[in-house]
Amino acid sequence: MNRFLSIKQLVSGKAEAPNSKRPGFSKFIREYAVLVPLVLLVIVLSFSSDSFFSTPNILNILNQQTPLAIIAIAGTFVIISGGFDLSTGAIFAVANVVAAWVAVNLSSSILGLLTAPVVGLVLGIVNGIIVTRLKIHSFLATLATSLVYRAVAVLVTGGALIPISDPKFSILGREKFFGIFWAVWVLLIFLLIASFISNRTVYGRYVPAIGGNSEAAELSGIAVDRVRILVFGFSGLAAGIASAIGVSRVASGQPLAGTGLELSAIAAIILGGTSIYGGVGAIWRSICGVYLIALIGNGFNLLNMNPLFKDLVTGAVILIAVAVAASERKGR
Amino acid sequence: MTVSQVKTALPSVQVRRGYKRFGSTQALDNIDYKLLPGEVHGFAGENGAGKSTLAKVISGQYFLDSGSLAISGKEYSNWSTSIAQKNGIVLIAQELSLVPQLTVAENVFLGVENHYRGILKNDLSARFRELENQFGLGVVGSRVVKSLSIAEKQKVEILRALARNAQIIIMDEPTSSLTADETEKLHSIIKSLKSEGRSIIYVSHYLESLLEVCDQITVMRDGRIVRTCNAKSETKTSIVASMLGREMSQTFPKRTHSSIRQIAPKIDIQNISTNTGIKDVSMSIYPGEIVGLAGLVGSGRTEIARAIFGLDEITSGNICIDGVPYINPSAAKSVAMGLALIPEDRRAQGLVMVHSAKKNISLPHLVSLVKRGLINKILEKRQVIGLIEEVAVNPKSPSLPVSNFSGGNQQKILFAKWLFGDPSLIILDEPTRGVDIGAKISIYKTIVALARRGAAVLLISSEHAEVLQLSHRVYLMSRGSITAEIDPVIETEQSLLFKLFGLKEGGEIC
Repeated sequence: MNRFLSIKQLVSGKAEAPNSKRPGFSKFIREYAVLVPLVLLVIVLSFSSDSFFSTPNILNILNQQTPLAIIAIAGTFVIISGGFDLSTGAIFAVANVVAAWVAVNLSSSILGLLTAPVVGLVLGIVNGIIVTRLKIHSFLATLATSLVYRAVAVLVTGGALIPISDPKFSILGREKFFGIFWAVWVLLIFLLIASFISNRTVYGRYVPAIGGNSEAAELSGIAVDRVRILVFGFSGLAAGIASAIGVSRVASGQPLAGTGLELSAIAAIILGGTSIYGGVGAIWRSICGVYLIALIGNGFNLLNMNPLFKDLVTGAVILIAVAVAASERKGR
Repeated sequence: MTVSQVKTALPSVQVRRGYKRFGSTQALDNIDYKLLPGEVHGFAGENGAGKSTLAKVISGQYFLDSGSLAISGKEYSNWSTSIAQKNGIVLIAQELSLVPQLTVAENVFLGVENHYRGILKNDLSARFRELENQFGLGVVGSRVVKSLSIAEKQKVEILRALARNAQIIIMDEPTSSLTADETEKLHSIIKSLKSEGRSIIYVSHYLESLLEVCDQITVMRDGRIVRTCNAKSETKTSIVASMLGREMSQTFPKRTHSSIRQIAPKIDIQNISTNTGIKDVSMSIYPGEIVGLAGLVGSGRTEIARAIFGLDEITSGNICIDGVPYINPSAAKSVAMGLALIPEDRRAQGLVMVHSAKKNISLPHLVSLVKRGLINKILEKRQVIGLIEEVAVNPKSPSLPVSNFSGGNQQKILFAKWLFGDPSLIILDEPTRGVDIGAKISIYKTIVALARRGAAVLLISSEHAEVLQLSHRVYLMSRGSITAEIDPVIETEQSLLFKLFGLKEGGEIC
């Protein structure tokens, strides 16, 4: 930074630091930071691997990440509202085994797959009620419920898998519709609905208001607790939908499915630049976060690199992203 | 009082041709400023005039874009808070920066503990006693900071500065949350610090305080220094004239005549009590009427506001609105019925600081903007722009985050937020706290306009001139109860103060 007036500045009567940040630039960084590494990675991988930019590979990457992306979309609402949901992985497991159980015992694959979102919604609302009624921080509340939910999934199955033999059960996870996987269609519809809620509805405004200043939101007449319950319900619903895709893909209900999914989702959301302090964030950036992490993994496969370094690189990328966001905040 | 170590060269500050820019605002514009040793120097100016920015440049929080900063004649090309502290410069900010969970002594010596290779020496209480003996501010070292009043916390901050042997102490709005009594104590501390040869920069909106305690006053406007003058030869009016760049002809708008009392009160409060200390309070407010609520800090004024709005539970008594009992009040119900509350702390309770002015203003009224499930954004923008014009927010940018506006303009945004719904009853809790005179005048106009539109207004304020000049009736509060109802036309600020302190007219205020 320049500390003294130069002759030119004296003459012009104006003083401006030479490398002062323009407001537009810092806004750009805040909104599009996650796109830069994503686009760079796509370019690098396209040039270094012939098989990367092929339709099957792209479709596969899109398809593989649909459960995580759906959870990250709803999780963005949770974090914008100033909360955390650490139970999505466990909800994923409960919905998984319930869906498989219904499909097998009521011998209806479609009914089975439809139960998963319902189970997720109910467990999510339970989270919301615990957080608001018992006034426990959502980080602790959902940490506890995640243990409970996971234990329920293990207990009801006795730890065993529930295989489903009906081929119709696997359509959602494996088949295509108009050349695109069913799961990707589900993701797209879910993304559209979530973006719509976020941008055009009253709730889309209430959620960041609560995260930004819950007291101001309450004094504005917003039923803060009800919105919080809905946010956790939506997160549970997303985990349930994700679970339907997951269980259909492997054609068996697994009590240990989805382990660590909640942290992957939070990592992707943070990578997308959503503030863990609440109030600000965007869904599409969380999706970018999901696929940025996925592409790092895909790159390791395509380029035959040692997969042991994958987590190391992913962790480093998250650190850099968070550091850039923090320096931008400080600079203002 | 002894002067422990007289530094070889007492530090004084000089800023030459200082410029500082934030985004599109020129916060400091060609500043030439000098602070002499042993001087108490006041900064006056409206919000956004650049007082705090200049203070923060001196204390190292900000760095000048260009220009020079010299301490005791030595220019520094690299300046930061830690270098400033090494040079004996400490800033006590508006928002106090103590660790609430630690004790007073731990806070005072935080960062300057005596230790042997990282292991603390057990000398904290001895060092604290020494400091207290020297300065005698009367704080107990073993108390946890969380349990202290704001005035006591401020003393801890001052002790912390003294523990670092600060020669230049900068106080940014030190009295904004102090009672008159506590302000008096702070001023005597400042005088004794001065007598030891320390310099003090005193940034404040309270002109009486500046005139009383300062030697020199620097008046700022729009990032420039208007003039620096000897405090003894100034008056409130002369300083305000420089701040505004014009004579302050009339601060208060004309009171409306609300003698046309309608038959039914807008709100009728009958014998309510709460767990928060309200005891058997009854009052009523008629449409078009401004009712003042005066009382000392802690007398229960805010608690009445909270009880009416449904934030605190009412244990007995009842509230009628438009003659209908208001059962199980809640904030959501209150807003739906056309009640509005402007809370005392706009940053913590009023506004979502990271969001735009537009989103803040429309927040309580989104439901009315919905058409077929969607927010009508065009209508929203049109309404918001109209309101921003009405309350004269500057700059008129609806999409700018609220945190980028000055305090006075944030308060205007808060008013715009509630004008949106055209409230029939509005409760104002310290509506002009920490706001500059220009913004005050425009807020007063808004309040009077609200009453003219037929709204019932409850005005809570510690500025007695405000209560007396704007209200049609004033209730006095003490210890959670209403002690009297007075006619503001026949009272003066002084007679009101006598009543609040429970003194007889003509007695002495100590």
